[in-house]
Parts: sequence; C-alpha cells; structure tokens
Amino acid sequence: MLASIGVGSVAEIFDRQIPAAVRLGRPLALPEAMPEQDVYEHLRALALRNVSAEDELCFLGAGMYDHYVPALVDMLCERSEFLTPYTPYQPEISQGTLQVMFEYQTAISELTGLPVSNASVYEGPSAVAAAAYMTKLHNSRRRLVVSAGLHPHALGALRTHAHGYGMEVVEVPLRDGVTDLDAWSEAIDEQTSAAIFAQPNFYGAVEDAATLSAEAKARGDAVVVASVDPIVLGILASPGECGVDVAVGEGQPLGNRLDFGGPSFGFFAAREEFLRRMPGRIAGETVDVDGRRGFVLTLQTREQHIRRERATSNICTAQALNALAAVVYLSWLGRRGIVQLGELLLARTHYARRTLAALEGVQPAHEQPVVREFAVRVDADVAAVKGRCAREGVNPGVDMHALSGRPEDRGVLLVAITERRSRADIDRLARTLGAAVAAEREAVVL
Amino acid sequence: MSSENGRAALARPQAQPPLQREQARTIFQKGAPGRRAFECPVADVPQPEGEELLPARMRRRRPPALPEVSEPELVRHYVQLSKRNFDLDSGFYPLGSCTMKHNPRLHERVAALPGHARLHPLQDGERAQGALQLMWELQQALAEIAGLPHVCLQPSAGSHGELAGVLLTRAYHEDRGEQRRKVLAPDTAHGTNPATVTMAGLELVKLATDARGGVDVEDLRAKADPDVACLMLTNPNTLGLFEPNIEEIAAIVHGVGATLYYDGANLNAVMGISRPGDMGFDIVHFNLHKSFTQPHGGGGPGSGPIAASERIAPYLPRPLVSCREDGSFALELEGPKSIGRLRGFHGNYGCFVRAYAYIRSLGADGLRDVSEAAVLNANYLLAKLRERGVAEYLPLAYGELCMHEFVLSGAPMKRALKVRTLDLAKRLLDFGFHPPTVYFPLLVEEALMVEPTETETRETLDAFADAIAEILQEAAADEQLAAGAPYSTPVRRLDEVSAAKRPVIRQAL
Repeated sequence: MLASIGVGSVAEIFDRQIPAAVRLGRPLALPEAMPEQDVYEHLRALALRNVSAEDELCFLGAGMYDHYVPALVDMLCERSEFLTPYTPYQPEISQGTLQVMFEYQTAISELTGLPVSNASVYEGPSAVAAAAYMTKLHNSRRRLVVSAGLHPHALGALRTHAHGYGMEVVEVPLRDGVTDLDAWSEAIDEQTSAAIFAQPNFYGAVEDAATLSAEAKARGDAVVVASVDPIVLGILASPGECGVDVAVGEGQPLGNRLDFGGPSFGFFAAREEFLRRMPGRIAGETVDVDGRRGFVLTLQTREQHIRRERATSNICTAQALNALAAVVYLSWLGRRGIVQLGELLLARTHYARRTLAALEGVQPAHEQPVVREFAVRVDADVAAVKGRCAREGVNPGVDMHALSGRPEDRGVLLVAITERRSRADIDRLARTLGAAVAAEREAVVL
Repeated sequence: MSSENGRAALARPQAQPPLQREQARTIFQKGAPGRRAFECPVADVPQPEGEELLPARMRRRRPPALPEVSEPELVRHYVQLSKRNFDLDSGFYPLGSCTMKHNPRLHERVAALPGHARLHPLQDGERAQGALQLMWELQQALAEIAGLPHVCLQPSAGSHGELAGVLLTRAYHEDRGEQRRKVLAPDTAHGTNPATVTMAGLELVKLATDARGGVDVEDLRAKADPDVACLMLTNPNTLGLFEPNIEEIAAIVHGVGATLYYDGANLNAVMGISRPGDMGFDIVHFNLHKSFTQPHGGGGPGSGPIAASERIAPYLPRPLVSCREDGSFALELEGPKSIGRLRGFHGNYGCFVRAYAYIRSLGADGLRDVSEAAVLNANYLLAKLRERGVAEYLPLAYGELCMHEFVLSGAPMKRALKVRTLDLAKRLLDFGFHPPTVYFPLLVEEALMVEPTETETRETLDAFADAIAEILQEAAADEQLAAGAPYSTPVRRLDEVSAAKRPVIRQAL
C-alpha cells in the first residue's frame, strides 16, 4: 500500500502534513487495550454498581419513566439495516429509514392532533428551546412567558439557549399546583413571542390547556407551546384540540429505555403555518422516475447544510433510531392500546395518590387531576425517608427539592406510576413509605 | 421494462428480490379494525366511571388513529422495510465527514446490560456509582485525547456541542466585560458552524481558503479584530488537509483576544498523533458517533461532548462528574459562572457506554492505530484511483497527500463525459457501494468527498476504485447510462422538487 502511495512509511504521510511542533510525540496516557471479553466484564462490573429499575421497586419519573419496552422494539432497532446507516442522504437506498420517518411523523401528528411533525429532535428539554427559537423566527418578538410548571431541566435549557438567541424568559408561578391563570394572563403581552407550559406539569397536575391557550391568544396573539407527556395522549385532550400551536416533549416513554437519561428523542409537532420554519429533518412523499411511491428528505432549504447561517436550526444528527423505537412501540400499542394504557395509568395513579395520602405524615401536594405522576408533601426529610425506603428495596420517587432547588419543593416527593407497577407494588410502596416516614419523624423527635 | 432498465440490465445485471420493489405501503395502511399486538395488564385497581378521575373537558374526544396490526404483521412490516435500506454492515460506506467505521457489537451488548439500560437518571448518585465512574473515566480519556483539561459530556450531538462552544466563548468574553459580535469560519466549514453562530446570537464572517487548501492567513489577519469572539476551525479541514499554518493561525486569533474552537468531525485523522489543545484550541467538540464508533441509526442518536481549556472551564455546562477524595464519584450540579444546562439530565449516557467500551478495547496504541490506518487507507484509495486513470476526470481538489479523507473535483468528468458527480454517485448504487459525500465542500466544483475509514480492507478499496474506473469507462461508451442510474435499487431517482413544492409529510387517514 505504501508503494502505491509513494511513501516509505505511514509516519511519512503524517510528517509531510503535520507541523512537528503540534505532533504529540508520546503515547496517549490511557489504559492498555483489552480483549473483548475483558471489556465486557469491566462494563458488567460497572453496571453492577448501579441500582437500576431491575433491582428495586422504582417509582422514579420526572421526565423519564420505567415503561415496558416490548422485545420486538429491541429486535428491530438492533437490525443492521436500521442500526448502522447514516442520515438518508441517498434516498434510493434509504427507503426503509425514510418511510420510518414518514410513519413516525404520522404517529406524532395523530398523537398531538397537529398536522405537521418533524422526524425528531434531541430530547425533551432542548425541544422546548428549539420551539422558542422557531417562534422568534416566526414573529420576531423577544419575550418568552413560561409556566413554572415546566420541568426544571426544560427551564434551564430554555434559559441557556434563549440567552444565545437573545430572548427574555419570564416565569409565571403556580397556584394550587397549576399555572396561575391571572399571572399568566398578566405576563403575556404584544411583545410575547411564545407562551409555554407543560402538560401534565412538573408536579403531575393536568393543566387547563384550553384556557391557557385561549388566554395567550387573547392577550398577545402569542404562539402557544406545550411540552407534553406523549404516553397519556390516548386519554388526555390533545394539544391540537386545546388550541396549542406547537407541541414538543420528551419521547422516552414511547418504547425507549431509561439509559440513565439518554439517548431518547424529542418530538416536535406544529400547525401547518410553521412547517417551513421547523428544525430538523422532515421526510416527504414523492414518486420515482417509474412512478413508484417513495420518500425523501424534504424542505431541506430550512437546514444548515443548505441555508448555513440563515438556517432555521443548526441541528444535523438527531435521534432517528429512537424515533424508530417510538413508531414501533406506538404501532404495538395500537389505536385501542394507547387508550387502554392511559386508562390503566390514570386509575393506578389515582389509587396510589389516595393510598399514600391516607398515610400519617403524607399529604397530596395539590388537589388537581393527575394521570401518571403525582406530588406528595412528606412531613419528614425526603432524603432520609428515601434512604430508609431504599434499604427495603423501594425507590419511592424523586426528591423534588434536590431536582428543582426551589424552597417550596422542600419535603415534596414526586411519585411516578407505569404499567409495570401493579396494585400490589403500590401497596408495598405505601407500607414502606408509611413506615419510613413514621420512623424518620420518631428519630427526629428523639 | 423501460429502455433504460434494459440498458442497465446489459451493463450490470442485478437481480432484486421482488418485495424490495413492491409499491410502498405504510403501517397505517395495513392491519384491520380491532387487530392489536399489545395485551394490557389487568385493571387491578378500582376504575371509577365518569368525571371523578379526569374532568370531561380534559379528556380526549377522538383517540389517535394509530395502526391496528398484530405482532407478526408489525414485525414483518419493519423487517421488510429494513431491507429497503443500505447499511454499513452490508457494504462500503465512504461518506466523507461522517466516519462510517465498523460498529463493534460488543458495544450494543454492554449498553443493553440492565445496570446501564434500566438505570433512571434521577437515581441517587450513591446508587449509580458505576455510571458516574464510567462518565468520569470517559471525561478523563477525552481530555487526554483532546489535550485539554476539562470535559463536559452533556451536548446531544456535534452541532449541540458547537452551540455549547460558541455560548462558552460568549460567556468568557462577557465575563471580561466584552461584547464581541463576530465569529470567523472558513468557507470550507460544515453548515452547522454558520448555523450555530446565528443561534448563539453572533454574526458569521467567512474566511477565504488559500491555494494550498488551508485558511488564507492574510484574509484572517485582515479580519481578526477585537470584535472577533472566536474562530471555528475543523482540522484536518473538510478538504481532508491538515492546516499547514495552524500555529500562526492560533497566534493571530489569540493575539486579538479571541478563542479558537475545534470542530471535532475529523478527529479520526489525528487521535494520539496531534492534539487540538497542543495546536492552541480552547474548546473542542467530539462526535462520539463518528470517531468513537456509535452506530449512526439512520440519523442519530449521536453525542457531542466538549473539552475546554482552564480559562474556559468555569463556564462549562453543568452537571459535570467529579471524583471525590475517597475515590467515589458525584454529579457537580452548580457552577457560579456556568452557562447552565443544554438539555435534560446528563447527556446521552448510552453513547458514553459505547464510546468508553471502544476506548478501553483499543487503548492508547489502538487509538493511534485507528488514525494511522484511516490516513493510510485514504491515501491508498487516492493512489489507487490515480493508478486507474480516474484522476484525469476526477482530480484531487487540493494538495498531493491527504489525511483521513480527500476531496475530488468532478468538473473535468462533467465536461468530458457529461457525467455529473450526482450521476456518478447514483451509478455507484448499482455497484453496491454507498456513494461518498457529494457537492461539499462548496468551494470545490462537483465535489466528491471520500472517507474510507480504518476498518475497510485493501480489497474493498480496490473494488471501489475499480467501480469508479468502470463507471467512467461505460460513460465514455454511453453517456446516458449514469444519468439514468440507479437501476437496481428499491426505487429509482425520486422527484425531490415536487416533494418540496407540495409537501406530503404524513399518511392521510
């Protein structure tokens, strides 16, 4: 090979191109190479030092949930044909990926009740920031009004990104567990680009989405953006039905594993008028020269590789494989399954809230309707209570104060229910939590 | 059969299994009412009727019209669809700038271990020590590879890392009381660079490329002023060339108080050989889905960690993983000068597991071997193409040698043979190859950007060179052949213009 190139050594190829002063000249200080079986054992040993949802009774949520992922999702996502190609730049040999995108867009459009969906963005919180940027391109206004019911990570990501593209973020507080409607109406004016809320919100409460949307329109004709949990859209009024203009959210509940927080995907759906300002890839239907139906990446003049500094987003690689998992999962659930599952979550969540609220030293944090997650106020130190439950093999939920840093979240525990948590599991949670709270209160008194 | 098909059949017979050419039907067009795969767990709690649980006005009126299919139908549909894809496991994929190297299956196996895959991101740090250790070790390894002391793993992909980098630069200048508005980037830059600059609220200034294919240093000198926040550079650049004047470039940029940003898309050329930090870069983003062999999934997931110098470190996004004195690991959530968070949780951990497994499999020597073999393969393929007479029609755009990829210009081919680079790419599909990147970088006429990667054999490179030579030969004999290609794929050339003019982006139901 060297003779063909006309050099004496591989080193010569580098020496002729890289100035000597910037060559490393020593080996990297990294551990030695390991054979495959040793790497497996090492990674397995690390995995064993984690307590996963496989190892304890887990009620953690707050954005990511331990739903069951059917075996066929793993099988399909592991197929070389889906796993190993790049973004489908050559549509003639990428019809599989492109049609998956088209089907995914259809499924998200159906779920959200909005006509247009892209083929995925990174994940939930950054999707909120991406939506806000789109509304800036849409109406050139500089103010974002945001409900405090948004996930703290979404608020954080929004602030980071908005500082970049030059928008002001105004936070509206909650009252009785939901967005304070008076404060919401007051904050929105004619300079408001977007009005953003979460459904259900960070405390598990179902917001009155239709009223929030109507108010945002009436007050300043702001673009209404909702960050939505997709798993409950079989039973909860869809964003489209509620007057929402742009629906985004964390897609992990749809057939994606927890993976300690990623990779998952963000979905992004909107009304028709936003189509040409959407971020990310979009698959469209067309025909080939023989008249055969096919799919291509379309509306690419929005994108960075064509439009460069005038692109509607800088996103390139997104989450195609995670979106495949989602469309397979949604097809597996099907038209009836998404409703059945929603009803099951609703009933079990209601049961769990009622059961926990009956415990001494535990009260619901609010009285609003909940569908898959709820916040309770614990009359004891949450971290200590969690520690006691952990010793019994139960993870009772998320310490809200640790996550949000808000003083009012001190003592609040967020409990998430999935179809994997049966009535017996919920009863066990109640026993364990009740005992832990009692023991902790006793310990403090002593 | 059309005459074009007939001609192609003579030129290169390729039998296709019939189902690959069936008319496409989506999952929404299959199944029947009532059919399902999902079996809902039994309702084991009371299910009150009416509005007790959810007021009627909050309830959905019409359920989403998801597919109604059985499990066998579902599996068959997606398996059949998968067969309409070309993939890296099936053949050569020399897509320039994308580093389509082999994806070891060990990585999928270890990422799927329940201790990683079913670990909730809000598990207490003390009960996720394995994950935090893995992230910390990866931070250390990436810092060593970059030659910069601090790493944040959070960004979701390369362009997200770029955005983090420009926001870091802004924060650094703002903290010093400066409002610098301009970001420099060469005209060869990836489209994500200029798009990122706009999203970060700054203004792009383009730099010219000199006759050797590097940054035009005189142009840089003229444009480097105290209003410049940053220079974004890919090195080796998108022409596959190492910046010969990198030291001078760094001196000019630092001389006006600006930062130097390294787009890590081409890191595969220099791992263990030359480090961005040693070249003078302040901020680096990695593409774990390129250099560190994440499977690309048809367009993600990726992962775009960033490395930073001491002066940039205070502004890094949070959380970071730190190692305590007792050897345990913790998430560091607060940083008084941090730009904040870019996304939820800690980043794409599943990608970290794979990248870490890759680094531990290869070690220091292995990573260096990767870059050496990648550069050797690219230069060998370039030489082989010259040997086969391809250079007459597709000359190298700049230089003599290349790093891990090279850019040819199809301009002579277009003039002499009436074959555009696009036609060549489409004809390559009939030969069973994924085409190289086409029409990028923009300053090369009819550009063809070839990145073979280190995991290809000499036989594959030879076969690819032969295919290009054969396509040029057949073009000399029949100039319409390439223009009609491909002939053997599940669909042939698609009407992209009407797709964009009248967008149909979902299945009508």
